[in-house]
Amino acid sequence: MYSYLLPEFMIERLENRCIRCRVCERQCANKVHEYDGELDKLFSTEENCVGCQRCVVLCPTNALYVRPRVSDYRPNSSWTRDKMQNLKKQAETGGVILTGSGNDKPYRIYWDHLVLNASQVTNPSIDPLREPMELKTFLGRKPDTLKINFDEGEVKIESELHPNVPINTPIVFSAMSYGAISYQAYKSLAIAAKEFGTLFNTGEGGLPVHMRKEFGNNTIVQCASGRFGVDPEYLNSARIIEIKIGQGAKPGIGGHLPGEKVSDDIAQTRMIPRGTDALSPAPQHDIYSIEDLSMLIYALKEATNYEKPVSVKIAAVHNVAAIASGIVRAGADIVAIDGLRGGTGAAPLATRDNVGIPLELALAAVDKRLRQEGIRHKCSILAAGGIRCSADVIKAIALGADAVYVGTAALVAMGCTLCHKCYTGKCNWGICTQDPYLTKRLNPEISSKKLINLLKGWSHEIQEMLGGMGINAIESLRGNREHLRGVGLEEWELNVLGVKGAGE
Amino acid sequence: MLVQKYFQSERFVPDKDMDACGLFGVMNISGKRFGGEMAINAIKNMKVRGSGLGGGFAIYGLYPDYKDYYALHIMYQNKNLNAKRRVEAFLKEHFYMVYDEEIPTNPDITLFSPPIVWRYFVAPQKKNEELAVPDDEYVVSRVMYLNTNVDDAYVFSSGKDVGVFKGVGFPEEIADYFMLDRLYQGYIWTVHSRFPTNTPGWWGGAHPFNILDWTVVHNGEISSYGTNRRFLEMHNYYCTLFTDTEVLAYAVDLLMRRQGLPIEVVSKIFAPPMWDAIEHMKESDQKLYTTLRMTYAPLLMNGPFTVIIAHHDEMIGLTDRIRLRPITAGAKEDFVFLSSEEAAIRAVCPDLELAWTPPGGEPVVVRLNSKDHLLSVNKSI
Ligand code: SF4
Ligand code: SF4
Repeated sequence: MYSYLLPEFMIERLENRCIRCRVCERQCANKVHEYDGELDKLFSTEENCVGCQRCVVLCPTNALYVRPRVSDYRPNSSWTRDKMQNLKKQAETGGVILTGSGNDKPYRIYWDHLVLNASQVTNPSIDPLREPMELKTFLGRKPDTLKINFDEGEVKIESELHPNVPINTPIVFSAMSYGAISYQAYKSLAIAAKEFGTLFNTGEGGLPVHMRKEFGNNTIVQCASGRFGVDPEYLNSARIIEIKIGQGAKPGIGGHLPGEKVSDDIAQTRMIPRGTDALSPAPQHDIYSIEDLSMLIYALKEATNYEKPVSVKIAAVHNVAAIASGIVRAGADIVAIDGLRGGTGAAPLATRDNVGIPLELALAAVDKRLRQEGIRHKCSILAAGGIRCSADVIKAIALGADAVYVGTAALVAMGCTLCHKCYTGKCNWGICTQDPYLTKRLNPEISSKKLINLLKGWSHEIQEMLGGMGINAIESLRGNREHLRGVGLEEWELNVLGVKGAGE
Repeated sequence: MLVQKYFQSERFVPDKDMDACGLFGVMNISGKRFGGEMAINAIKNMKVRGSGLGGGFAIYGLYPDYKDYYALHIMYQNKNLNAKRRVEAFLKEHFYMVYDEEIPTNPDITLFSPPIVWRYFVAPQKKNEELAVPDDEYVVSRVMYLNTNVDDAYVFSSGKDVGVFKGVGFPEEIADYFMLDRLYQGYIWTVHSRFPTNTPGWWGGAHPFNILDWTVVHNGEISSYGTNRRFLEMHNYYCTLFTDTEVLAYAVDLLMRRQGLPIEVVSKIFAPPMWDAIEHMKESDQKLYTTLRMTYAPLLMNGPFTVIIAHHDEMIGLTDRIRLRPITAGAKEDFVFLSSEEAAIRAVCPDLELAWTPPGGEPVVVRLNSKDHLLSVNKSI
């Protein structure tokens, strides 16, 4: 425990409501609440509280309030409380400050400065309750042209086609590994993806053998720098294979799953000894250049008989457009771009908060570059990192994405309250933990329903907005920036986005 | 590419024009040439569909004496003779010119700021490595060059045995101005009347839109314009007019001329069946339609449209996938009509034998010496 730190949260217990049921004590993995039998009273150790609000919502009499503690050092715009507290922690340990989840710094969120179009008079809006409103999307490389042959009324396609994967809505669950999240959370994602006809991503932690038959068709499997769980059977069980080069929350660095989290099952899935740290190196050690990437892409295609699209996921960094173009030329069928606000199970705070660029700008730049080079159709673009609602999805598509990855949003749907303590293994919501006492709080039957509802609700909203624009198939919005306008953006930002200002 | 070449950011690409319109087309399927009376009177009958800010005609079978030469109709705005000199120098360098003249006009008709309109009959003059380039390709790239590089010059049409006459005014005024009813005959006439909602008309912006033998007249507002435009740019088509019609014309050129797809397939790219419908098709069709939609998703023309596409031997009518802008077809003996409104057909052909309204996405294909147009009758509504 650190000394001399200000508690981040304040806990108020309304004594006249508290019935000493001790729910809060049992629910809090951070050991904040403690019952004193002699005094018949509950006490709190506020320093431990992470503000996850689990106790608050489970308290049967609403006796609890957990609020950010306002008491602070002398106000200072430069030396904020954050900065000072982190420094003090570091002074005691000499370590790297860790955090979880996504960047919470006030970088501009471009989604909130983009507005959508709607039809008036010259063009009718389309009512999704009366007319079909199509969201089906194909992920993969499209041919340059189609050669079609006509043989006595029979039309035949001559061109060679590349594998493509249809999804019923342009929303895919992003990479969250078994190990980083609990089996229950992982399975919930799998069930929801299957039920709705979309995909979930295994992350770099492998796919448990017993899930392959049932969920393989809805799985994107990752091949990351640690190569955990990768073998031909794993690759062939999936629908799409993704090479993970980088992650928006921690561009340029690897990963670390502490040995305590590596249980029997995880050890088996990752193909490592039980209890050992699972270390993912920063780069893939067989990819030091674009030709190396190409070799891995084709090795994976060979291993799967060219039946599966190969995706390459990168963090959005300064030269993202040129990098993406290289990736497509190296043979990738999908490029996934993970922006500055992408989530993580654990990352150094300094990296998470300072490295990379916002998704919106990266996405616009990549889409534009690929079109300029005439290769946009050779890949699908998956946009990830900070997609919070259906409006973000539709704006991402108008900026050029084929579909989006959602991670944090899915976790929130399952209960996550963004306490940013995923790296501690003490997630009170049973998501980012392997402690059976905590994980059993998550019932995949129930939480998968919530995820399905998320997909359903967002899809309905997307259909509503599409219809409003007079569009009845999502592909007609892709890259269609004419339907976006910027509000409150600088000239250079509009230029990068390729979007006119409102009223222009 | 467009963005790099002309604009610092796509943000500066002009907004597209929006307009509503009236369309009419008539074809003699045995190839007999006839005058402009029906086309002119039919479009007059749909006067409220235009606002006098643009009208035009495309005529096939127009120049039988010069049918082996590309007929270039070129306008010079503001009577800019310097532009004319530049164009003609360019033409001399890249083509053999067999004949040229000013297109005769009626001095008694006054229209808004008429340009000089000239016609040239030319054959490609290819040098060395250009010899391998097909004639059509050669002509298209030269036309694109003129349209994007010479201020005040604009090529109305560039096909063989076909010509476009258009300008700012009601179509019947344009017809009078160019004396279409007196001077010309053809076996296909298409006509367009325009109701722009956001731009003052200029002569080059009137329709029909032409590229080689293809002409397009269109009514509607394509909500997928931005997606379509970007895809076409990848195939080196640069929009200079920023109209839906232009996008449709380039898409037609790409799919039909360059990729050799027949209109029956192209119409399923522009106005594809719903996924729900595809699911219920027989397996081979399922595969075909899924592949078409997947590959050509960026060429789906979303939102309301009616279009009449014509080239030699063919006139095609098509409406959007959910038929937000219907089209009506009619037939009598060797004449087949396509129109925004049935009344206009009946106005010029009172004893019509057949009139029908095809469903969304179902083309009416009128072909020389064939009865293919009747294929859509059974499916009509
Ligand atoms: S950590 Fe969560 S459960 Fe524990 S006291 Fe704080 S808010 Fe309550
Ligand atoms: S997953 Fe759990 S630990 Fe991580 S932010 Fe959400 S609630 Fe906190």
